[in-house]
Amino acid sequence: MKVAVTARGGDLQAEVDPRFGRAPYILIVDTETMEYETIDNSVNVNAFKGAGIQAATMVAEKGARVLLTGYCGPNAFRTIQAAGVKVVNDVTGTVREALETLKSGKVAYSTGPNAEGHW
Amino acid sequence: MLITIASGKGGTGKTTVATNLALSLGRGARLLDCDVEEPNCHLFLHPEITERREVTAFIPVIREELCTGCKKCAEICRFRALTVVAGKVLVFPELCHSCGGCLEVCPEQAIGQGRRVLGVLESGHCGELGFSQGRLRVGEAMAPPLIRQVRAQNNGAETVIIDAPPGTSCPVIAAMRGSDFVLLVTEPTPFGLHDLRLAVEAVRLLGIPCGLVINRADMGDEGVREYAREMSLPLIMEIPYDRKIAEAYSRGIPIVEAMPEWAERFRGLYRDILVHAGTSGRQQ
Repeated sequence: MKVAVTARGGDLQAEVDPRFGRAPYILIVDTETMEYETIDNSVNVNAFKGAGIQAATMVAEKGARVLLTGYCGPNAFRTIQAAGVKVVNDVTGTVREALETLKSGKVAYSTGPNAEGHW
Repeated sequence: MLITIASGKGGTGKTTVATNLALSLGRGARLLDCDVEEPNCHLFLHPEITERREVTAFIPVIREELCTGCKKCAEICRFRALTVVAGKVLVFPELCHSCGGCLEVCPEQAIGQGRRVLGVLESGHCGELGFSQGRLRVGEAMAPPLIRQVRAQNNGAETVIIDAPPGTSCPVIAAMRGSDFVLLVTEPTPFGLHDLRLAVEAVRLLGIPCGLVINRADMGDEGVREYAREMSLPLIMEIPYDRKIAEAYSRGIPIVEAMPEWAERFRGLYRDILVHAGTSGRQQ
């Protein structure tokens, strides 16, 4: 299964970035093989508006089934939900740790956004 | 003659100048309150509102039965008001700037015309003075289209006075673009000066002649006056830091009502504006 994780760096040792739309990197990891693709999200980091929508669209297009992040705003959540991707919010630690926690099943999927939209 | 009253800094006295200038001119003049996020001229004018209508803007509505999920609409939208996931278009109306680009590029005519309410346009009069104002809907972020609607209510008046929002962003530009003259109201403080510089830059980019009113003129420092000299900015009026003015203001009473001798001073301000706008010959 492919999982998207927001990250401060480009590999599995990087810390999870709490921001979704404006995280510098988003890693798309295959949880069976732990092979990953690093997406440079710098275009969205400086986006005027709609960073969350854009990032959510991209995560869906990459075929991820789960998103691990810190905070997910209303527009991002609506997009990711429409794409059928499940979200785990309030994730901390490294990308690898976050994935281990997911694999152990000790996660709760979000039922709504956990951050305010902003302008 | 279209005069916009603007300022960089908020709370310098735009509304005081706009309402008193308009009241002093009276018949043949019209005041347009374009500070649609918090219109307050009405607090001093108590106008009789005779017309009220909603102002709306285009938003896309997807006809799902025609949509093929080709993404052309999402690709052209620079505000990301549209995205395509799982073959379906999602619309985020609050991000839409109503450009209609999605309508143009959709090859399937799958985009219908929806409307979103931007606010309310109200028109009426205060004695012989004509009056219009816009009120932006709470939660709405896009003021310029509503401001343009307020500006369209000049009703052929000889003199139109616009009370602009503070700052130098899009709503301010929408309020002052195409004016014959911009009157900048400031206070003689470092804060007033800082924001005045930004306002002067914006007005000069638009190529509109401008002049200065210093409000609460006997406080602060000389910085604003020095800057005005340096920039050859005509200082047309000074309003003192006067308890009587402040008291009238706090009760919602225009200066020209509390102190009728000010009406002639504001008519003098108008004559000076005509001179500085270079239209005195045409107007008189």
